[in-house]
Order: sequence, then C-alpha cells, then structure tokens
Amino acid sequence: MPNQDVLIIGAGLAGQRAALAAAQAGATVGIISKVHPVRSHSVAAAGGINAALNPEDTWESHAFDTVKGSDYLGDQDAIEVMCREAPGEILWLEHAGVTFHRNETGHLGTRAFGGASAARTYYVADITGHAILHVLYEQLMKHSTQVDSYEEWFTTDLLQDDDGRCIGAICRNLRDGHLEVFNAKAVILATGGCGQAYKPTTNGLIVTGDGIAQAYRIGAKLMDMEMVQYHPTTLAGNGLLITEGARGEGAWLLNAEGDRFMERYAPNKLELASRDVVSRAEQTEINEGHGFPDGTVALDITKVPRRRTLEALREIVNIGRDFAGVDITREPIHIRPGQHYIMGGVKTDVDGQTTIPGLYAAGEVACVSVHGGNRLGANSLLDTLIFGRRSGEHSAARAIQTSMPATPATRVADAERYIAAIINRDGGGRRVAAIKHELGETMNQYAAVFRDAEGLATAHEIIRRLKEEAPRATVDDRGSVFNQDVIGAIELGYMLDCAEAIVIAAEERKESRGAQFRTDFPKRNDDVWLKHIDVTVNGADVPEVSYSPVTITKWEPQERTY
Amino acid sequence: MPAYTLRIRRFDPQSGEAPHWDEHTVDMPETQSVLDAILKVRDEVDGSVGIRCSCQQAICGSCGVRMNGKPGLACNTHLGEAAERGHGVGWNPPEEGQVAPVIAVEPMGNMPVIRDLIVDMDAVHWKKIRRVTPWLVNQQPVPEREYIVPHENMVDVTQTMACIQCGACVSDCLAMEVDPLFVGPAALAKAYRFVGDPRDAQHRERLQDLAEDEHGIYDCTHCFNCIDACPKGVDPMSQIMRLRRRAGSDYEIEDRNNGYRHEHAFVNNIRRNGLLHEADLLPDSYGGKFNPRAVPELIGALPTAMTALRRGKMTPKTALGHPHKAPAEVKRIFEKVEGRSGRVELNLYVTGYEDEPEATGGGQRETATAAEPNAQGRPESVGAGERQPAAESLDADAVASETGTTEGETR
Repeated sequence: MPNQDVLIIGAGLAGQRAALAAAQAGATVGIISKVHPVRSHSVAAAGGINAALNPEDTWESHAFDTVKGSDYLGDQDAIEVMCREAPGEILWLEHAGVTFHRNETGHLGTRAFGGASAARTYYVADITGHAILHVLYEQLMKHSTQVDSYEEWFTTDLLQDDDGRCIGAICRNLRDGHLEVFNAKAVILATGGCGQAYKPTTNGLIVTGDGIAQAYRIGAKLMDMEMVQYHPTTLAGNGLLITEGARGEGAWLLNAEGDRFMERYAPNKLELASRDVVSRAEQTEINEGHGFPDGTVALDITKVPRRRTLEALREIVNIGRDFAGVDITREPIHIRPGQHYIMGGVKTDVDGQTTIPGLYAAGEVACVSVHGGNRLGANSLLDTLIFGRRSGEHSAARAIQTSMPATPATRVADAERYIAAIINRDGGGRRVAAIKHELGETMNQYAAVFRDAEGLATAHEIIRRLKEEAPRATVDDRGSVFNQDVIGAIELGYMLDCAEAIVIAAEERKESRGAQFRTDFPKRNDDVWLKHIDVTVNGADVPEVSYSPVTITKWEPQERTY
Repeated sequence: MPAYTLRIRRFDPQSGEAPHWDEHTVDMPETQSVLDAILKVRDEVDGSVGIRCSCQQAICGSCGVRMNGKPGLACNTHLGEAAERGHGVGWNPPEEGQVAPVIAVEPMGNMPVIRDLIVDMDAVHWKKIRRVTPWLVNQQPVPEREYIVPHENMVDVTQTMACIQCGACVSDCLAMEVDPLFVGPAALAKAYRFVGDPRDAQHRERLQDLAEDEHGIYDCTHCFNCIDACPKGVDPMSQIMRLRRRAGSDYEIEDRNNGYRHEHAFVNNIRRNGLLHEADLLPDSYGGKFNPRAVPELIGALPTAMTALRRGKMTPKTALGHPHKAPAEVKRIFEKVEGRSGRVELNLYVTGYEDEPEATGGGQRETATAAEPNAQGRPESVGAGERQPAAESLDADAVASETGTTEGETR
C-alpha cells in the first residue's frame, strides 16, 4: 500500500510537470498512468506553445488575445496568471532540454498561430508536444529517486474520507490485474479530455474522460462542458489532425470552387482567425454546397515553400502520405472540422484545486477556465504546464500540513467486486465497441459545430439509453493479465458521463458563444449568459445545473471579429 | 474490397497453453492499416486480443509489432503493404491457393512477451534508455534566458528527438540478439540526442563511457535492420556511426574495445591499398603484426585463416604480399576529403527528399558553421550526420553544389 504526499493520476504534460514541481517542493510523489507516460496524448500536440517572451511582445497582449479567443467566457484572473508565467515556463523547458526551433541568430524562434496578434508560438518542427513530453520524461527518469512512477496502472476509484476529502485512489495494475490502494494527502487529476466520446476525433483511443467522470462521480463540479472545440483541419476519413502550424506557415483554405472563403468570414485574420470561427466558416461552406463531395474543403499547403514544409511540418507530410495518400507539398489535402479538445472540465481555481478538498486537476481534464468558449491554438500545452506546475507546488505545500490518511480495507474489496462483476458478465448485451460507436456518432451529429434544442434533446435521450445499456455490454476477456476489455467497459461509462454533461450544458446555454453555436439562438447574449454553467451529480445520478460568474479584470466584453 | 487473412499471435500466460495463431478474415481496403484490422477483430469478434495502441497516427509509439516478419507500427502500415512482404510466417505464395493474402502479426522480438502482442518494454528497451544518462547535463552557467545555439544543431538533434520509443529497432537488432547486453539502437540514438546537443556539458564523458563499454557503440554490426525498422526516420545506426566518429575523430578516445584503432586501421588500409587488404586489417587494428597486443589476436584468427586458405579465398601470396596499390584517384579522394576545414555531413532528415528539385545550398553543410568548442578547444562538428557514404565518397562537393541532396529518404 504505497503512501504519497502527492498522488498524480495521468502522466502527460500536466501530470509530469506536476510531479516534477511537487518533488522539487520536497513532497514524496507517485505518478500513475494507464499507459506508459510517453504514450500520453500530449504527445500528439503538434504546433507549439504560446508565450510573450519576445521583448516586443507583452503578456497583456497574449492575455487579451486569449480573452477574445474565449469569447469573453474565460476567467481573466486565471488568464493573467497563465500569460504572465508563460515566458518563465518556456525558459524552464529550454533549460530542461527541449530542442526548440532557433532563428538565424541562435535565439528561440517563433511561428504565427490562430487568434494571436503576434507570432508568439514556440515550437519544435510539428512535434512540439512530443518533444516536450519526452523531455519531461527524461527529467522524470533523472528524478526517479523522488518520484515513483507507476506505469500501466488504471485508476478505478477516487477515495474520500468521511468529511469528503480526497485521500487517494484505488488502481489496478494492468500487468497482473491486482488492485492497490494509494493513500495520499493530495490527489492531482491529469488525465486529459474525453475526445473518444466523439467519432471521429483527433484524440487517441486512451482519451476517454476518466478523470472528468471520476471527479464528477464523487461530487466535483464540472464547468463549461458545452464548449467542445472542433479543429478546423482534420482528415476526412479518420479524423487525424493536420496542425494549425500549417496555416501558421501560410497555408490557405479553399472551397471546391477554389475560393479562399476565409476572406468573407474573417477578412483580417483569414485562416488564422480563432478555431471556432474557422470551423464554422468551413462547415457553412460545406453545408451550403461549396465543399467537395466527401464533405470537405481543401487545405493548400503548397503555398508554403517546400523546403520549409519538409523541415517544419514534417509530421503532416507523413500523415498526408500514410493516411490520405496525398503529397501535401504538391497538392491540397481535403479536410474538415473535427472534434479536438474540450475547453470544459473539472472546475478548479488557479492552483488547480477542485471543489473537493484534497483533489486537484490540471490540463485538459480541468477547467480553470483559461479557454472559456474557445481555446487558442498553442495555449493548451501552456495550460498543462502552468497549471500542472501550480497544482504540484500547491499540493506539496498542502501536504506538509496534512497527516497521512488511511483507507478502510473494505474499499478494496468493493473495488474488487466491481471489477469481478464486469469480468463475469454473462454476455448477451451489445459489444462495448458498438455502444461507443453509437455514442461517438451521436455526439458528432448533435453536439458539434452547429447545435439546436431538438438535436441536443435527441442526443440526450440516446445517451440515457446507452447509459442503461452499458452495464450489460459484452466483455470477452476473463483474464487478469492486460485485460484491456474490462478497462474498455469501465471507460465506456466515463465517456457516457462526460457526454451527458456536455449535452446538458449545451442544452442549458441558450445563446451562441465560442464553440457553442445554437442555430436556434444564433447571437451572443451577455446580459443573460456571460456566466459559467456548472454541472454536478447528486447521489441519485441526476445531473444538476448551476451557474458561476465570469471573472473580468481588465477587458470588458466587446463584439468579436477577426 | 480485398479480403485478408489476419493471423494474430496469441499468448495468455494464465491459460497454461503455448503461444498459437488465431485466424480471422477481414474485408478492408488495402490502404487501411494493420491496426485498423486488428481493432476491427477486437471490436467485433474477440475483445480479448491484446495490443497497446492509442493515437493511430504514428506518434504515440504504442503499437510496435512484427507484420509478416518486419517490425513497425501497426497503425501506419497499410494492409496491402504488409501483405506484399514475402517472407516469414505471412509468406504469400499464390500457389498455396489461399483464400486471401495472409498478414501475420506477432509481438516484437528481443523483448519478453507479456500477452499476445504486448511485450515487456521495461525489461529491455527502457532499461537500455536509462543506461545512457538520458537527460541533459546542462552547460554551466545556465543562461538567464535561452542558450544560444545554431539552428542547424537544433534541427540535427530533432532527428533523434523524433524517436517515439516504439521499440521497432530493438525488436530486430541482430547485435542484441547475439549480445543481449548491447546498449542497442534506440538508446544509442538517445545518446546522440545529447552528444549532438551543444547545451550538454558531458559530450566527452558520454562518448568515453559508450566507447569503453564492450556493449556500447562498437558492438553494432552495421546490419541496417534498425534503419529499415524505424518508422520515424531516426536512423539509429547512422546515429551510432556519428557517435563513433565523434569518439574517434573529435575526441580521439582510444577505447579498450579497439574500436578507435580498428577504424583508423581500416582507413589507412584503404589509403595504402585502394581496396581492403583483409590480412593486414586485423594486425593493424592491434598496432601491427609485431605488436604484442596483436599476437593473441592473430593466433586466435588462425583457424579462420586456415579455412580461407583451404577454400582458396586467400593464398600465402595475397596474405603476405600487397598485390594492390592505391591508384591516384583514391589518393585524390583522400586529399580532397582531408583537405577540408570541416566534415561533410549528409542528413536527409534535415535537408529533405531526393526528388526535391528546388533545393539549393544548405543540403550538405561543410561543418565549419559550428559553434561550441569541445573539451580540446576544437570545434565540435555541427549539423548533420553522414547518411549516404556512397555518394559522399565520390565527390561530395560536386553533389553538394548540384542538388544539395543525394540518395533519397523515401519512407
């Protein structure tokens, strides 16, 4: 029974950064991940990370762009924290070994990104997330005496004491199936988003909303769940991501008639308007019949000099070739908006504290809220690192004043019975994959770029039905060594919880703001809806909606054009 | 839509059964990936098939497997491509009258199997990564802002940074099969990521360590398997050769494995003879026929020499005399290459693709652009590593001035 001051669940960028910060602050740290840390989906982040580090740039400019990008739903105190601390974080990463792109003078170089008023995106080719994740793991190996890493352990339950304080977790070792209690003075969730609730999605198969649902189930508030980002450039068939870096380097968007349609939707920023704006423009073109027959528009990367593409956009050259059969340096590639990111998540303050004492969250699982209605490209890596670090530091400080909790042994027995019940299901239900597929298509149809009351009600109905069906879903694998089948069944429940929260919040918000566009309420309505929607469940699994105010410090809401 | 016979290697340690093959027929377009086919089986037929996978776009590195004998990522290997491979258990001779081409998927090699297609990467791959001090040891003082580093260096180490730790190179490393203690391709590529990084303070120490280790850089046998296996163009073997060149030429580390002396003996042998004179290579690698260090090696090699004599591969005359003399062209190549101020480095990862017509300059770099002096005050070579020695050896300058690139990276 391992005891830790700080237990971190999830080992992507937020989790690893939290682990390093907590260890630095003197805490004993355990980090648990259901996959090896370098497989975490942060690895797929491509384009870069924002910071106002150039002497000509200011953090206020970065913050304003972020506020505007959020459609004024972001909390400005949190955005200020993130943007102020961004330059220091980039330098920390550089010193830790990230191989950031250099300019001709050998200094850090930048590229342009969407929704930004200056080129402030630092990058490593188009593998920025991968490069940072692997460097953090290098640091984790370096500090292996201070941080215990539990790789390929799946968290089944968050533990609470009688006062509701989070005191650890129960986790299953995937290698042999045994369950272990991890006691901790503080727990940090860093499990990422829930993109697999959508199909297609740019997110990996592991991105199943585990932490969002686990926190939700023990009573934590979720916030801004209706805000689901559709990335403007994903491949038609499989939803794979083509980085925004392509447009940052100068690629154009064209409809089937060869028209550079962004001139009509965002005359100033064109392709580099914020993502919600570009995705909506594309979807409008497609819906109005200006797209290609496969329901796409074209991204023309041949506008970028070929040498530059090969050096700075290497990964999407490979993706185009391997997954679409297209040489992007020679011809346009067909793309469309695809589910990419969830701005919402477990509600936290700027130190990562959720509404449950002792429970923290950082990264995509959390909602601080710095992204509000729409996240700017290259702000997500920043979010993971800044709030990962802050959670690590704050939880370590908290741990010093807290005594080590103990968990009653009955909790393990409960968890064992729960797993055994899944493994011993007698079958007869639909397959997990079939239910997941129906969920994904439902969300992609009704809770996507354009939404309305009727569609959302339909989606909600389907989700309720799937929630009833999921506990009977067929499980084939009866073993305990790497039983991925049983994990898949548990993850299905997590995705359904996330999907329901998304749909409830989207039904609630009767206006259009950021990524939420209601065709039945097409205008932003600050008088009524300049507020966050929070969703919680009580014991009876009936979600409840409440509101919390948006924090405004410097920037009053204005009309938003690009 | 073509049909494929998907054979999956199954192993469940709890079952008490030996590993066996499961067979499924899948109807899918040939451009779908092998992982798509495996997931189709798992989703629709048998949920117990074990395989690690996540991103489905060749970046997370989870789904390393062997497909019809060749290691790689299941997610970026097309069914059609895998089916065409003509060897191993997935051999597809038309005359066998198979219903559909076979694609046989097995766990990677050189690592213990945990279950089905899942191998124990901690036991081998990650243990070796840890062996090479896999983190930056910062040059002091750490600057207040960023380290100032040439662009070329950062692009150069980005090649090894692009490694996704999938283990495909480890799977089919022949040297590791013979010597399980070999540090191996992935970990040595990781070592180059620091040796090539001007911000690292321990280039010499790292090189010395890996040169002196008998399972280190001189344990590689140049079989190219890792280069074939790597799905990300990291070219581990090229990185190993670059480590050797830095150890031998830049730092003159005379290792106890004789790697340094062997490479020098090789070069001098060619300089003298034009073609390789095998009989001299061994003794010269140990300081010459009369060097006491060479005597036991020569005695040890006697059985091989006797066999060669008996088979006519060598005669006393060719063994003792020097029938070849290096022609003038060879001498000119040596003069030209050695007359340069820096090393010519070819790196197609940095410079692009062979069919790139507009590439000019910068394709090959004379390494004089470099920066940071090394421990001996000499310039550390910057930029890229050699990739295509064939092109380089003929007339590298001419090649450079023409196109900037040579042989292609076509993966």
